Amino acid sequence: MDFSIIFDNFDLYLQGAWTTIQLVFLALIIGLIIALPLAILRNHKNPLVWGPIWVYTFFFRGTPLLVQVFLVYYGFGQFEALRESFLWPFFKEAYWCALLAFTLNTAAYTTEIFRGAIANTPLGEIEAAKAYGMSRWLQIRRIILPSALRRALPAYSNEVVFMLHGSAIAGIITIVDLTGVARIINSKYYSPFEAFIAAGLFYMAITFTIVFVFRKLEQRYHAHLRPRS
Amino acid sequence: MLDLHGYGGSILSGAVITIEVALLSLIISMILGIATALAKLSKSTIAHGIAIVYTTVIRGIPDLVLMLLIFFGGQMLVNELAYMVGYEGYIDINPFVAGVLTIGFIFGAYMAETFRGAILSVDGGQLEAGRAYGMTGLQVFRRILFPQMMRHALPGFGNNWLVLLKTTALVSIIGLEDMVRVASLASGSTQKPFTFYLVVSVIFLVFTSISVGYLQWLERRYSASVRREA
Repeated sequence: MDFSIIFDNFDLYLQGAWTTIQLVFLALIIGLIIALPLAILRNHKNPLVWGPIWVYTFFFRGTPLLVQVFLVYYGFGQFEALRESFLWPFFKEAYWCALLAFTLNTAAYTTEIFRGAIANTPLGEIEAAKAYGMSRWLQIRRIILPSALRRALPAYSNEVVFMLHGSAIAGIITIVDLTGVARIINSKYYSPFEAFIAAGLFYMAITFTIVFVFRKLEQRYHAHLRPRS
Repeated sequence: MLDLHGYGGSILSGAVITIEVALLSLIISMILGIATALAKLSKSTIAHGIAIVYTTVIRGIPDLVLMLLIFFGGQMLVNELAYMVGYEGYIDINPFVAGVLTIGFIFGAYMAETFRGAILSVDGGQLEAGRAYGMTGLQVFRRILFPQMMRHALPGFGNNWLVLLKTTALVSIIGLEDMVRVASLASGSTQKPFTFYLVVSVIFLVFTSISVGYLQWLERRYSASVRREA
């Protein structure tokens, strides 16, 4: 094995890592913004409210991310109306298609994670909030969300890692992310081991950084759950 | 109605391949998972070390990258080895074998975590009692450990299965004709990619729904001994 290829192309790998981080970060942030209201509405009593959200999460959690990316990137071109609309320059680009698919995917998983956390709020806390005369909105803001988001932290950290790993699919639809770079290097030098092991090491480094950050967050936000020594 | 331009049959046979890949890799991942879980709990430092490295590396790298590494790298390795022993021809790695081995290898690491927790939840005294009765290690595993750990392993196991089922879509990238690949080929020649990928999505939804239903039934079955209020 000859890892000098990797050092010669180190800049390319760094660029790929940056594209990966950018894509994942954007998808996670937008997904989080979408997921919060959806998770709250998902616990609504009216089936007309939670029904559509259930269908949305069912579809995106029940099908492979790869198929979702293909649906957006290859599939949307099937519609004449979309091809002629002002949105087409957007859907023509692999980057935006990947971002859209990733965002919708992570939003669906995050919605279900938050839904579970919200549903597990101790009833006494909500009763106490009601007894204090808080409005529904105030209950959500002051009581339900702060404790639910804390409870969702471990599951959400898993989702972040899954999103990072899922983002490798971007490399399949011509995006030069970490996997894309590895594929380029592999076909240029015919050296699969060096190319993919290097990409794997980058992914591992990012994964363990994420895990570390979430462990710190958990220490901070779960401080009240730690046994007192 | 939905017009599949005569591709309906090949999509169905692709769906069969998807199921085959998923079930075969599930078996491999379960064997690897139990072995790794036992290694993690064993006193041997070497076995413990190997298990830790295996689960850490796998969980740090995307499955797609691992699959490309094993498919392209394995291809090269096999041919170099064959050349060294004097074989002149070119050996093609079968994408089915590569896909099943890779997915089994990846999910073995996830299964290991599930099984480790499940093994720990079985009362150690029962295992000792088994050994005191003169049962062999395998007998203790089969008669005492396995039936009881399954109840605790099922929820995690079910999750892993659902993720594994969806991961099989990646084998289409290394050229195996599963239903995602058939959909790609069909959309190339008919210019109807959305239709075909949507059909594949619906088939996946059917598979996951059946799995969820079956897993719930299994969970009830394996918890038969647990008393529940109301």
